[in-house]
Formats: sequence, structure tokens, C-alpha cells
Amino acid sequence: MQSSRAYTRTAVALHWFIALLITCGFTLGATMTDLHMSPKKLRLYSYHKWIGITVLGLVLIRLLWRLRHRPPPDEPMPRWQSIAAHATHWLLYLLMIATPIVGWLYSSASGYPVVYLKLWQLPDLVSKNKVLADVLVQVHATLAWTLFCVVLLHAAAALKHHFYDRDATLRRMFAWNRP
Amino acid sequence: MRRNQRLLISAAALTAAFVAAAAGDPAIDAGKSNIIATFRQENVPVDAPLKKFNGRIDYNAAQPNAAKAALEVDTGSLDLGSSDYNSEVRKKEWLDSGTYPKASFISTSVKPGAPGHFAATGTLTLKGKTQTLTVPVTVAAAGTAMVFDGAFEISRAYFGIGSKDWEGEVDDKVKVRFHLIE
Repeated sequence: MQSSRAYTRTAVALHWFIALLITCGFTLGATMTDLHMSPKKLRLYSYHKWIGITVLGLVLIRLLWRLRHRPPPDEPMPRWQSIAAHATHWLLYLLMIATPIVGWLYSSASGYPVVYLKLWQLPDLVSKNKVLADVLVQVHATLAWTLFCVVLLHAAAALKHHFYDRDATLRRMFAWNRP
Repeated sequence: MRRNQRLLISAAALTAAFVAAAAGDPAIDAGKSNIIATFRQENVPVDAPLKKFNGRIDYNAAQPNAAKAALEVDTGSLDLGSSDYNSEVRKKEWLDSGTYPKASFISTSVKPGAPGHFAATGTLTLKGKTQTLTVPVTVAAAGTAMVFDGAFEISRAYFGIGSKDWEGEVDDKVKVRFHLIE
């Protein structure tokens, strides 16, 4: 395992693709629930579920990739910032896994299974249960809003490194020069 | 129209009378039984139980040919799991539960198959239309009770169930499965 000052292209691609999916999935999730009942609403719910499952899959791939391809060491920064950055990263991973899983649980409990890309019906994780569904939807929303806040923190810190510290923290997440 | 309605009401009354004729005899235990309609919306199967129904099945393993079944279901008791969808599905374009509160199945003949199996042919009445259906049924004894399981498929279009907005969103075919304990 070599240590490099750059991220792999795979890591960079996964980072931005997952970021895009989270942005879309979160925006959909935060707006679709208020819509009036219509076929469009149900379709949006399906897209939201597909996005969530895709994020879950990609994050697991990201973690496996990470085992073999270490991220580059931190740019020079105070110790507390380094600790905070790493804590934020692991919290992001945790939320990126927990949020879609709880969403999937909620789908199962409310009796509307996830049919990924309209093709594959995912197994129900729990059986239909209204009381449980009401709890799970709250947990799902809380996790999603927490993820939203942690993403903002993560992005703000990256911008701070770029514009204030003027180090390579953000630039290296755009570098496309290493396989 | 009025005449039709009156006819329907008398048909419903007849069904009810047939069902009530079972007084004293075993009837379907609605608390332990279930009837579930499965809709497919964009390939997502949604199970919707029909919560209110009653009826009876006369079945004697020694004389399966003589078996008879009559069932009546409250169309307004279909539960899609959310009040929005439930009020939609009771509207005129869908089940029109206001005008047609009941759906029924009354057998006309029963054809025994392998032990524990028979095919029940009968008339399904739903939203003022009738269709002759043959439903494969399995029967098993559970203690003193009899358990009947089966499923059939109906076309929403045939019964005029569904609104334009949902055309192409919800499959025409609706699968109905039942687990009846008597």
C-alpha cells in the first residue's frame, strides 16, 4: 500500500458522483412529501429510492476501495482540525449508509417495496407495520437532515482550506492525474 | 339508472340473504382470514387488504362437487396504507364505493381436482359488472377449521376501475389472493 499525495481517479469520481446523488436525493426527499397525491408523486418517490440505494452501493464500493487505496495524508493543519476533518468523514460514511438503509426499512414497513430502477425488487427488510413505519420515517428524515448539515460542514471546511489556508485540500479532490 | 340501482340493491339483498342463510352454520372468520388485492404501480407491487367481508363456503371433502361459496366484500374497506390513496380509490373513477359498496363472488359450480384442490367457477360482481371466473382453490383442515387459499387476476379496464391520470402508471391486472378460515 503506497501513500501518495493524490486521490485515485476512482476515489475522485466516486466522491463527486455521490455528492451529486446526495444533493438530488436530499432535494427530492425534502420536497416530494408535500406534493399532492398523483402519479408524479409516486414516481418521484421511486426515483428518490433509487438514488438512495445507489448511494448505499457506491459508498460500500468507496469503503472497499479505500481499504486498498489510502487517501493522501492531510495537508499541514492544526491537530484539532485534522481530528475534526476525519471525524466528519467517518460521520459522513456512517450517515451515507444509515440514511438509505433506514429509508429502505421505511419502504418495507409501509408496504411499498423498493423496485430498483423499476427492474429489481429488493427484499423487504421488515414486514408491513404502520406503527414502525411512522417511527422509521422520522428517523430517516432526522438522519437525512443530519447528513445535510454534515455535508455543509464538510463543504465549508473544504472552501476554508481553499480560500483561506490556500492549501491543496480541495484542489486534490479535482486532480485527475492518477489512475 | 334508478332501475339499475334498484336491481343492484336487490341483487345485494339476495347475496346478503344467501350469506345470512348460513345462520348457525359456520361462516368465514373474517378476523382470521384475509383478502388482499395487489396493484402494480410502475412495477412496485402494493398489497391492499380488503378489511371487511363476509360469506361462507360449504365444503365437504366427501362431496367436493356439492361445494358452494358466497362472499361479499365492502369495496370501501380497501386499504392502500394511506388516507390519500384510500380516498382516491373510493372515488367514482375507481371503485365508486358510494354507488357500489359491495362486491361479491357466488359460485355456480365446483370441480374437484387433486386431493385438497378444487376449481370454483362463479360470478364476480364488481362495480355493477359481472364476470365469470374460475378460481383454483386449495383446502386444508386446521384443527376443526377449514382453510381455503387461492388467487385470481382481474382486469381493471373490464370493470371500469381507474382514472385517466393513472393510465399506464398502475397495471391493468390486479391480483387478488385470499386466505379464508371457516
